[in-house]
Amino acid sequence: MASTKKKTKKSNATKTISNSNPEPTLDDMKKLYEEMLLIRRFEEKAGQLYGMGLIGGFCHLYIGQEAVVTGIQSVQEEGDTVVTTYRDHAHMLAQGMTPEGVMAELTGREGGYSRGKGGSMHMFSQEKGFFGGHGIVGASTSIGTGLGFAHQYRNDGGVAVAYMGDGSANQGQVAECYNMAALWKLPVLYVIENNQYGMGTSTARHAAGQLYARGQGYGIPGEQIDGMDVFSVQNAARQALDYVRTGNGPYILEVMTYRFRGHSMSDPANYRTKEEVDGKKNEDPIIQLRNVMMDQHNVKEEDLKSIDKEIKARVKKAAEFAENSPELAPEELYTDVLIEVE
Amino acid sequence: MTIQILMPALSPTMTEGNLAKWLKAEGDTVESGDVIAEIETDKATMEVEAVDEGVIGKILIEAGTENVAVNAPIAILLEEGESASDIDANASTAAPTPQAEETATETAVSTSSDTASQPPKQQEGAHVKNRDVLYAQGAVIEPPVFDEEPFMASTETQTVRVALRDAMAEEMRGDDDIYMLGEEIAEYNGAYKVTEGMLDEFGSRRVIDTPITEHGFAGLAVGSAMNGLKPIVEFMTFNFAMQAIDHIINSAAKTLYMAGGQLGCPIVFRGPNGSASRVGAQHSQCYASWYAHVPGLKVVSPWNAADAKGLLKAAIRDPNPVVFLENELMYGQSFEVPTDPDYVIPIGRAKIEREGSDVTIVALSIMVGRALEAAEKLAEQGIDAEVINLRTVRPLDRHTILESVKKTNRIVSCEEGFPFAGIGAEIAALIGEHAFDYLDAPLKRIAAADVPLPYAAGLEKLAIPQTEQIIHAAKEVCYAD
Ligand SMILES: Cc1ncc(C[n+]2csc(CCOP(=O)(O)OP(=O)(O)O)c2C)c(N)n1
Ligand SMILES: [Mg+2]
Repeated sequence: MASTKKKTKKSNATKTISNSNPEPTLDDMKKLYEEMLLIRRFEEKAGQLYGMGLIGGFCHLYIGQEAVVTGIQSVQEEGDTVVTTYRDHAHMLAQGMTPEGVMAELTGREGGYSRGKGGSMHMFSQEKGFFGGHGIVGASTSIGTGLGFAHQYRNDGGVAVAYMGDGSANQGQVAECYNMAALWKLPVLYVIENNQYGMGTSTARHAAGQLYARGQGYGIPGEQIDGMDVFSVQNAARQALDYVRTGNGPYILEVMTYRFRGHSMSDPANYRTKEEVDGKKNEDPIIQLRNVMMDQHNVKEEDLKSIDKEIKARVKKAAEFAENSPELAPEELYTDVLIEVE
Repeated sequence: MTIQILMPALSPTMTEGNLAKWLKAEGDTVESGDVIAEIETDKATMEVEAVDEGVIGKILIEAGTENVAVNAPIAILLEEGESASDIDANASTAAPTPQAEETATETAVSTSSDTASQPPKQQEGAHVKNRDVLYAQGAVIEPPVFDEEPFMASTETQTVRVALRDAMAEEMRGDDDIYMLGEEIAEYNGAYKVTEGMLDEFGSRRVIDTPITEHGFAGLAVGSAMNGLKPIVEFMTFNFAMQAIDHIINSAAKTLYMAGGQLGCPIVFRGPNGSASRVGAQHSQCYASWYAHVPGLKVVSPWNAADAKGLLKAAIRDPNPVVFLENELMYGQSFEVPTDPDYVIPIGRAKIEREGSDVTIVALSIMVGRALEAAEKLAEQGIDAEVINLRTVRPLDRHTILESVKKTNRIVSCEEGFPFAGIGAEIAALIGEHAFDYLDAPLKRIAAADVPLPYAAGLEKLAIPQTEQIIHAAKEVCYAD
């Protein structure tokens, strides 16, 4: 296993989960590697297109956090639903939305998931169970709770995975939803992606106590795990999802991670020291996994190179699509405000 | 093919910057993610990371160069198997230049503003397929067709309260996706008893008492609507919906558009709106104009029990988010209500409650009753008033209002909300834009006094528009004594 150097912390530990985690095979590892690398390369390309003026507005990159969504998605089931904040590109790719459709939304073109009307922060795919992309900090938690409510109402066996940031975790509606989700035993996995900053404010300056333990008063079990190690995320998520899916109510996973870039493209991130960032880069989730594959499974440099090449080509294709997809016709300005009733 | 590294834009507004420092030299190998240079703008210094891997073949812009335009090539990267001799070969096949892009956007913008400046002509015929697209452009269209007369053949007397309940119950019987949630709606039967008996009939799966957490349960309801359900959210009163207005506007109203038409949000937000009686400023406010401001919402406000029944059914059946503004003082009043379960009043159609030829009085919700009372008194004084019950606030039935004003040439608007940027202000704009030449007198707006609602009985009565004010205003626009 890649790293267990960080101890996980738990609250409400009485509610233990019984099933065990299988050892990942090399094929599993390759899949995780490809998924994370796709996100990394996609985000780098998005950064580049932003630099060229092809992407505008706010653009929040996920570089450094890849293991979080990759690990969790890898143990979800068909029919589960996902909702997140504006830092959403990776979540969509992980849900199986196409890099073309996501990138074309970033460039604001017709081929984008929202046909250019949503942009980086607002994209949806009902078909893939992805419910946004929300620009308002805290909204994803309530909406995710509602996705879970619908799963329970229809008794369809699905779980809602509701992502939020460490900063979002302070919103009042989060506490409101913990209460309702616990009260009604809703199938919701709350994932706090603790990248240790809400914009320029560190958790030390914005959050009292421990985020994973904030469900304690409601009886929601919570756990803090290492989000730079995709296996630690995967294992914790597998057990948490199992707990939620079997009717026990919500669960909180606080995943300790780090964003290597600024909050958004225009943030120079001067509130962090170079040493701090470099230190975290040593825990790069992709490099960690790569080392495991090379050291423990004799994977060769060339094999990884060819994966890299293939992913680069996919991202390049997505970027080309996004650059060449047409802009919406002017008359589309007025469509999609309401569903017409006749 | 060699790759050009371009001067990046680091914010939406940056057009040029200084190339402060190179961290790589010609001949250095770079991997994607490596920091290769630092650039400065007036706001910040930022690192430039390599996106592609290769060897720096040539540095085109020296460190220390100021005012380098965004998108100008700053270096050339050689990919595997390439050498410096490949550089000149394709130096001219650059990425899109900023100029080319600007022209492209300009054309798009000017075409679209052309469209925007010419709202579509008035549509003839009531069957319009793309009504909402036209409304969005400010079109005046005949309202949806609705023949109310036949429904009135068979009626029963009901209070507004019961009519609302029946509307919900009837719709819920036929569609399991509909559920309701709110504070005290289930076991307590509703703070104002609107949901009386609902829990008994539908059970706690579909009639849900929430904690006092408006922001949270409104967001939860929106999420469930996105995931296929049709929630009816009761706010104990709309004053408390201010806690939830973020989800009503940002999450419910905007989703369809932001999803490019892919994902809607069928949901009803309902509850009493406006002032009750002596409950003071924080519990007495009309939110009609707040919600009417927002594209992506429909806003409905019934007056009598028939309105309540027919409009609430329409709201529940509508695939869009609907804000349904009731009035506590009306809950106990009785009216005739059609018994036909298909009595569904189309959203977007106003009702002429009383025909008249001398002056148009437009009103909504509880003010409709006062306007009708005023009309009776005016009739005694020889003034024949036409009273329009708006029923829907957004989309406003502009056609019906305009046709009436063209006939009477005089108009008074009545609402319970504050005057500034209120519904009356919108009607005034409508008349100014479309019926200016028809007016025989300046229009009058009746609205609440522009103050937080006072508690003291005498002051409260002065603050809330009464029948006498409507009579007075109507006489003024008729130049009658
Ligand atoms: C209600 C609200 N307040 C403020 C903002 C502006 N804002 C956008 S992101 C952000 C920081 C959020 O940090 P966190 O939740 O930790 O997420 P991260 O960006 O680290 O992924 C803020 C303050 C917002 N979008 N919504
Ligand atoms: Mg954060």
